[in-house]
Amino acid sequence: MIKSLKASGNKLAMIENQLKVLAGEPFKTELPTFVEKLKPLNQFPLKPNKLEIFQINLGYMCNQVCKHCHVDAGPDRKEIMTKEHLVRCIEILKVNKIPTVDLTGGAPEMNPLFRWFVEELSKIGVQEIIVRSNLTIIQANKKHYDLPEFFKKHNVHVVSSLPYYQAGKTDAQRGDGVFAKSIKALQELNAVGYGLEGSDLKLDLVYNPNGAFLPSDQGELENEFKKNLKKDFDIDFHNLFAITNIPISRFLDYLVASDNYEEYMEKLVMAFNPAAVDGVMCKNTISVDWDGYMYDCDFNQMLDMKVADKSAQHINDFDLEKLAARTILINQHCYGCTAGAGSSCQGTVA
Amino acid sequence: MEKSYYNPKDLKKFGDIADFEPKLAEKFFDYYGEVFKEGALTAREKSLIALAVAHTEMCPYCIDAYTEDALSKGISEAQMMEAVHVGAAIKSGATLVHGVQMMNKVKKQSM
Ligand code: SF4
Ligand code: SF4
Repeated sequence: MIKSLKASGNKLAMIENQLKVLAGEPFKTELPTFVEKLKPLNQFPLKPNKLEIFQINLGYMCNQVCKHCHVDAGPDRKEIMTKEHLVRCIEILKVNKIPTVDLTGGAPEMNPLFRWFVEELSKIGVQEIIVRSNLTIIQANKKHYDLPEFFKKHNVHVVSSLPYYQAGKTDAQRGDGVFAKSIKALQELNAVGYGLEGSDLKLDLVYNPNGAFLPSDQGELENEFKKNLKKDFDIDFHNLFAITNIPISRFLDYLVASDNYEEYMEKLVMAFNPAAVDGVMCKNTISVDWDGYMYDCDFNQMLDMKVADKSAQHINDFDLEKLAARTILINQHCYGCTAGAGSSCQGTVA
Repeated sequence: MEKSYYNPKDLKKFGDIADFEPKLAEKFFDYYGEVFKEGALTAREKSLIALAVAHTEMCPYCIDAYTEDALSKGISEAQMMEAVHVGAAIKSGATLVHGVQMMNKVKKQSM
């Protein structure tokens, strides 16, 4: 059984060690830093556009321990968002009318207040509620069996990871047996109407490469996934988002341990696409951690890079104007968002 | 002098061939880019053909490049290996079919 970096005492569990790797070679001598890359494009300092997505991390606990996980999630992680913070998030959403709420984790469904929270979000009329469901959670415990029905009741937009349409590569990344359980969960979601052509019940899949390479054309991959999942398992879904693995946390550990780090960073830099900068997700997203602190994105959350304005870093001090005026904090991991066609939670951006 | 004939880092310098002769290099790279675009064949199909040919040509640079290209296109290991077998089958077939030439010669020169 793979353990989280934290549980296995890995030195990269300490964020400063991850930052040290990102500050080292190949960026000391050979390659430009992300700041240096943005400057000639007049994109530095990087500034946000209108806030459209409020992404809330309900906790780092997860029933899976995927090898590439940028959250370092797992069953051993106990960090979990409390009711007090959830209530505060609802207040913020009521007042500020942010159209999309994106619930993530870990497995967000493992927060005991998950259902209550989704119901409250529904009540206040949030336009779109996204849940990043790892699929296997639906089968992990009897109490989760009816999640497809629950999602349907609240018209939740389900976004789920499936790194491949066959078992081998999926299980190699996400754990033994994950593929079979994910397939069953997808079939259950289809059975209640999710992912079907013309259905309003949105079911999207996320593809991320199974190693130290970049994803290719999103449309082509989507066709392959659709063709094969339909043929082999009669599964339908709406969109496939192709996401680049960001070099932090467990993926960074994999890169360093397999001696792929420098080459991978070089690939990201070579594939830098100026047109992707405008679409990076920190432009329209705020990410909130289980403890109520805010970040420019989920990746910055994992590197403990809180939003720059110290007077508005916590949801208790939420201030839309201050957030709009902030400078987005960047580092070398940002190259993962701007390589090729770009990469955000919604897949390619350019 | 280099200590070995092949250096993985040289693959990234492929574009540098233009330093010595830019015009032909430009024509080649334009042509190359055009060939690999989606056409009557999909980009995936072209990638698999390139992978097979990379093996029959035994070019380590091309094997590197098209293995990664295949991975990023989501082509499975089994598909990649089948493509290599197609290349190998053609190579061995091409070798063996020349056996007929050998047989012809033997027949002609033997009593
Ligand atoms: S399911 Fe998601 S949160 Fe859980 S370990 Fe895998 S990648 Fe991390
Ligand atoms: S890693 Fe975060 S801060 Fe950096 S570009 Fe991507 S979304 Fe923006």
